[in-house]
Amino acid sequence: MSSIYSEIILDYYRYPRNKGQLSSPQIKAKDSNPLCGDVVEIQIELDSDSHVKDVRFNGQGCAISQASASMLTELVKGKSLDEVRKVSKDDIFSLIGGQLSVARVKCALLSLKVLKTGLYTYLGSLDSSKDELASL
Amino acid sequence: MQKTVPYDVQKVREDFPILKRVVNGKQLVYLDNAATSQKPQQVIDALDRFYKEYNANIHRGIYKISEEATAAHEEARAKVARFINARHAEEIVFVRGTTEAINLLAHSWGRPNIGLGDGIMLTEMEHHSNIVPWQLLAREKSAALKYVGITDDGLLRREDFAQHFENDGVKLFCMAHASNVLGTINPVREMIREAHKHGCRVLVDAAQTVPHMPVDVQDLDCDFLAFSGHKMCGPTGIGVVYAKKELLEEMVPFHGGGEMIREVHLYESTWKDPPYKFEAGTVNIAGAIGLGVAVDYLSRLGMRNIRTHERELTEYALEKLSKIRHMAIYGPKDAHVSGGVVSFNLGDIHAHDMASLLDEDGIAVRAGHHCAQPLMERLGVPGTTRASFYLYNTEEEIDRLAESLERAGRIFKL
Repeated sequence: MSSIYSEIILDYYRYPRNKGQLSSPQIKAKDSNPLCGDVVEIQIELDSDSHVKDVRFNGQGCAISQASASMLTELVKGKSLDEVRKVSKDDIFSLIGGQLSVARVKCALLSLKVLKTGLYTYLGSLDSSKDELASL
Repeated sequence: MQKTVPYDVQKVREDFPILKRVVNGKQLVYLDNAATSQKPQQVIDALDRFYKEYNANIHRGIYKISEEATAAHEEARAKVARFINARHAEEIVFVRGTTEAINLLAHSWGRPNIGLGDGIMLTEMEHHSNIVPWQLLAREKSAALKYVGITDDGLLRREDFAQHFENDGVKLFCMAHASNVLGTINPVREMIREAHKHGCRVLVDAAQTVPHMPVDVQDLDCDFLAFSGHKMCGPTGIGVVYAKKELLEEMVPFHGGGEMIREVHLYESTWKDPPYKFEAGTVNIAGAIGLGVAVDYLSRLGMRNIRTHERELTEYALEKLSKIRHMAIYGPKDAHVSGGVVSFNLGDIHAHDMASLLDEDGIAVRAGHHCAQPLMERLGVPGTTRASFYLYNTEEEIDRLAESLERAGRIFKL
């Protein structure tokens, strides 16, 4: 059978884009998946227009969690906060481009959960977004 | 070795219907036996028969099928006692599994016997289930936990063992008979003898040995022993506490409720004798009966034969896997001191990625910290991939594992 570990996933895992830190991010959040030990941190700098001017991730863990974090940073760069809010699970799944087993979905969605946590904290709407975050 | 009848693994495999399953287009290769074993048709049939023919609550039913269920339940206890060579069937307490067994011992023996400043000695290779109950007890009693470390080869550091006895007032030593991560079979018999010289009681976590090799509690002279039914061809939700009779008699009850009492009054009650004192409520009747049948099944194959088969498989796996480039194997490389467990990492492939890659080839392994985070810290890795073998595994399956590992290495461009 073909592998979920496509050339693309491997490429992002081995050569992560947007990995590192920003000097003064307005949005930042970090979370881990206690089951696997995957860790992802995301930082976002906004421009005057509240668009994502720059974004970085940091972390460690499996290829799925780290590659999807890197791909997610590319996806949101330049987007408005409203567009960032609309990034969904399915967007992540299509970035990964294959059928993940149930056990690995959490790895794939960790970075999205971190991104949304950071976003809602910034917007002051963390409390009203608990259901969405819990579904990730 | 008393291998009088040649061990016929193909014949054994026929008893396990699940082994015919196809996963991701390939025949299932089940190598997660340290987590749970598969079940033979004989055990599945026994559960089926119980529910279809004589399902009833035990001990107090004054009717035919309750008497049958009671007899089958107590016969299972006697079978388990014989299987580990306990002196008395009453030394066998049925619980849910090893975790509950250890919690029972921490409560029923530990709380009355461990006090301020007493030492409880553990090893760095324990499963969380043989660490956390003792942390809870130590916190409650202001007792001190002391650890026997491990060498780089995954063996216990015997000097730590001696030193803790000299300095730390150790009253209880809790040790894995075999490590669920490294496979290391510890020299329990010798260590128990040494501990007893210091007046120390010993609990053996035998979850990884009772299913795989002969275990004789009288020969070991352990005070307590715990294991799970589901790792030895039995159902889930049934496990065993073995304790020497005189210790069981002085232990306090674990759960209060029906079945464990002699008399109940409004303000006080008296308890039944062991083992019933520790079996409150309706127990897992079907589970115990299933475990009894699992014990019959294993006994018929012969525990020495099973051990020999697994040792040969482990030797084969160690040889085969160590030839793969970028392979790091943890624990002893000598199958004579190792159970059928091989833990490894391949290059920088994360253990969870490895498990997914192997799953794509229909191979079931476990990946992660294996409920042994202190051991992972000692090894300096976030996790490992673990292949663990049982009586139905074959060299061909290990070949498939090795091929799939090679494929993983290619995909990750190691």
